[in-house]
Amino acid sequence: MNELALAVPWLGKRNPQAARWVVIAIAIAAPMIAMMFGRTWVRVLDFALLYILLALGLNLVVGFAGLLDLGYIAFYAVGAYTAAFLASPHFDVHLPIWVVLPLAAGFAATAGITLGFPVLRLRGDYLAIVTLGFGEIVRIFMNNLNYPINITNGPQGINSLDPIMLFGWDLSRNIQVSEDLAINSLFLYYYAFLACVAGSILFISRLQVSRVGRAWAAMRDDELAAKAIGINTRNMKLLAFSLGATFGGVSGVLFGTFQGFVSPESFSLMESIAVLTMVVFGGMGNIAGAIVGAIILSALPEILRHLAVPVQQALFGHVLLDPEVLRMLLLSLAMILMMLLRPAGLIPANAKYSHIRYLKAKGVTE
Amino acid sequence: MEIFLQQIVNGLVVGSVYALVALGYTMVYGILGLINFAHGDLVMVGALTALQTMMFLMGVAPGMSPVAMLTLSLLVAIPVCMLLAFTMERLAYRPLRNAPRLAPLITAIGVSFLLQTLAMIVWGRNYHTFPQLISTTPVQPIEGVFITPIQITIIIVSALMMAGLILLVTKTKLGRAMRATAENHRVAALMGVDTNMIIALTFVIGAALAAVAGVMFASNYGIAHYGMGFMPGLKAFTAAVLGGIGNLGGAMLGGVVLGLVESFGAGYIEQATFGFLNSSYQDIFAFIILGLVLIFKPTGLLGERVSDRA
Amino acid sequence: MITLLEARNIGKRFGGLQALSEVSLTIRKGEVYGLIGPNGAGKTTFFNVLTGAYTPDGGEFVFNGAPLPSGKPHLVVTQGIARTFQNIRLFRELTALENVMAGHHIRTTAGVWGILTQNKHTVEEERLTTERAYELLKYVGIERFATATAKNLSYGDQRRLEIARALATEPQLLALDEPAAGMNATETGQLKHLIEQIRGDGITVLLIEHDVKLVMGLCDRVAVLDFGRKIAEDVPAEVQKNEAVIGAYLGGGHKHAH
Repeated sequence: MNELALAVPWLGKRNPQAARWVVIAIAIAAPMIAMMFGRTWVRVLDFALLYILLALGLNLVVGFAGLLDLGYIAFYAVGAYTAAFLASPHFDVHLPIWVVLPLAAGFAATAGITLGFPVLRLRGDYLAIVTLGFGEIVRIFMNNLNYPINITNGPQGINSLDPIMLFGWDLSRNIQVSEDLAINSLFLYYYAFLACVAGSILFISRLQVSRVGRAWAAMRDDELAAKAIGINTRNMKLLAFSLGATFGGVSGVLFGTFQGFVSPESFSLMESIAVLTMVVFGGMGNIAGAIVGAIILSALPEILRHLAVPVQQALFGHVLLDPEVLRMLLLSLAMILMMLLRPAGLIPANAKYSHIRYLKAKGVTE
Repeated sequence: MEIFLQQIVNGLVVGSVYALVALGYTMVYGILGLINFAHGDLVMVGALTALQTMMFLMGVAPGMSPVAMLTLSLLVAIPVCMLLAFTMERLAYRPLRNAPRLAPLITAIGVSFLLQTLAMIVWGRNYHTFPQLISTTPVQPIEGVFITPIQITIIIVSALMMAGLILLVTKTKLGRAMRATAENHRVAALMGVDTNMIIALTFVIGAALAAVAGVMFASNYGIAHYGMGFMPGLKAFTAAVLGGIGNLGGAMLGGVVLGLVESFGAGYIEQATFGFLNSSYQDIFAFIILGLVLIFKPTGLLGERVSDRA
Repeated sequence: MITLLEARNIGKRFGGLQALSEVSLTIRKGEVYGLIGPNGAGKTTFFNVLTGAYTPDGGEFVFNGAPLPSGKPHLVVTQGIARTFQNIRLFRELTALENVMAGHHIRTTAGVWGILTQNKHTVEEERLTTERAYELLKYVGIERFATATAKNLSYGDQRRLEIARALATEPQLLALDEPAAGMNATETGQLKHLIEQIRGDGITVLLIEHDVKLVMGLCDRVAVLDFGRKIAEDVPAEVQKNEAVIGAYLGGGHKHAH
């Protein structure tokens, strides 16, 4: 939260307290502003929040612990499919979200540890390729496990996932406040997701300033030296993998129930790369970076989608670059140019791993 | 027995393509310690450039002989890929040579996706029919075992190119400079080797092999599209690791072994899992092998030196 | 004198090179013990085997009367042996304070749940870790750089920081791998003072060093390695007179004494 406030241009450095309120105000008002441009944009914001969750989770693994995971989307898939199996007509099981969410988190964490164990000894680029392979294996299974027993329903995916019910509210329905005032379902999802994001930020920033966060940073900066001060790097890596995976799993559940259907197409390698680009673009190893990266790189393609088509039509009479191509172009260029020109990301990490306030009495200031 | 022999033939054909591509990975890794993620996409660029050339030639000289047409299209595809690899190295990788270890890898992933996107823009998203200029009518050297002339060509051409590369690396001055650079950049530079040039050349030579591999791959299957290079690229990388990364002979051995494993795996997986899994799971073998090799024998089959870099 | 660490017939081979053969030595509680020898004599190998970075081919270490786990660096630290590196290895992106706090990792216990809920134990532990780390920075004399990023410290201060980080693991034996390497005379003098201070606080020190003057002036006892074998072990005055040592090291090795 503090990092995010500091990242606010101009105001952040001068008056962090005010900047903090600005951030909160924007977060709350965003969907209302978006609604002025149409419901699509609220939907875009909902997805942006899901990407923030994913980016926060991946940042934990890549940015904090220094483990380049290219199969991260597999955990997202585990979460989404858990929701599809346990809360949809597919198997005719309809468990409430309070059961599905922890189960999905548990499955994803288990998957994280399952991936983590064999790859513990691998470093850097090898780790990246093996995790990529893991992601592909998961996708291949999702695609093909409709035969001989239909488990995943193959490439068609699973439809009609149960919507999220919170305290008897169905988030997928508009709430009729009075005759001419209704709260759109997209708003309900937005605030539910926002609550999840806020909780995650709190959790991750607490982790960051703790013995665990420092151990991860130590391992990332110098694994040998980390071992030499007694850090059990194996456990720390597994913890990073499983916590990161948990974030993926939870976002997967939210994604599946929000969208109402899941299919392997949503979990391609391109999505893993997209989330990675968000983290890299924003700045590895800092919470604000992951958030800003996720917002920009999930919203920008949508904005382009709405601008590019009419603009191209006006200029050339037909569409040269369709929105999907534009998105890939944007992501790949963002990744390359960021690494070349500003490797620390949009918001370079000056992540804090300690609280100086404990030393105020000794006159230590930042 | 026929099925068994047939799997060997299939495995050898795919394996020799993997081997050609694997050489590019292994040379670059040997010299820079970088997994050039975008190398697989050069296979795609090679195939699609050749396709474009063929289309053009068919338009201007409809009567041209298939062999001449194939040769000409290769003569266009190879330099295009080489130029592309040169540009890639110069613009994206060289500035990052001393950057933290994750930076070049992330860039390489970006380059790979950029190439795919650009190919999508130039050639569209559709699968293109690739002219099969060399006959695909199978012959039967042994009763019940089929092999097509294009497959025979693939095996022969791959073998020749690999032999050429080995000669280049072991017998020429350039090869010696390459090996010296792989051993130690700084020392090689002190000995008067222009390491920047050698590194660029390594990329370029690998790209030439990839272009040939791309044309052969597309000729064999009769299709080409923007994403065709990615999976073979990953598999070729697996082959390089399997053989022992940085080792040319290893890359070839790894390619052939991987081809055989895939071919047999796809052929027998259904029986082995009692019908639960089938040949649509073929792609998982490469990843499983990659994982197993890295975990249990990271030096690969022929690797001597321990790759603790990375 | 109570024995703190005993090395029994330690052997280590790399391919065709016998880096260590049958090295036995005894370090007593409270002393500064020097390990010297020409380049390639096996000092750093010995160090790496002791601290668990390598597994020995033969022999064992007995620390405080119990065998040390081999090949498991983090367990060796838990037993009470901390090390520094010849080529300083700090956590570059962390501040000086955080480097030392990370060193305290094994002496703290907060878990994910405690961190998430910020329970009393976690908060108190975090506060103590911070204060303790600051005290250690003060101890080595670089507390004014507490919030500076480690990679921005000067060379000498990085050395001190690495020692502070090692001390944060609360060791009984502090193993220093060429701490004076690259230091000028003033800095070496300050280092000598620091090591004496550490000994004064009851921590045993194992010192690998090229700087013969520093070793002779500081160590209670010295062992000399040559070609992976121990050729002498005695008080500095005796070692300096030892023929074998002069032949192997001092004789041909004046260039090592910077």
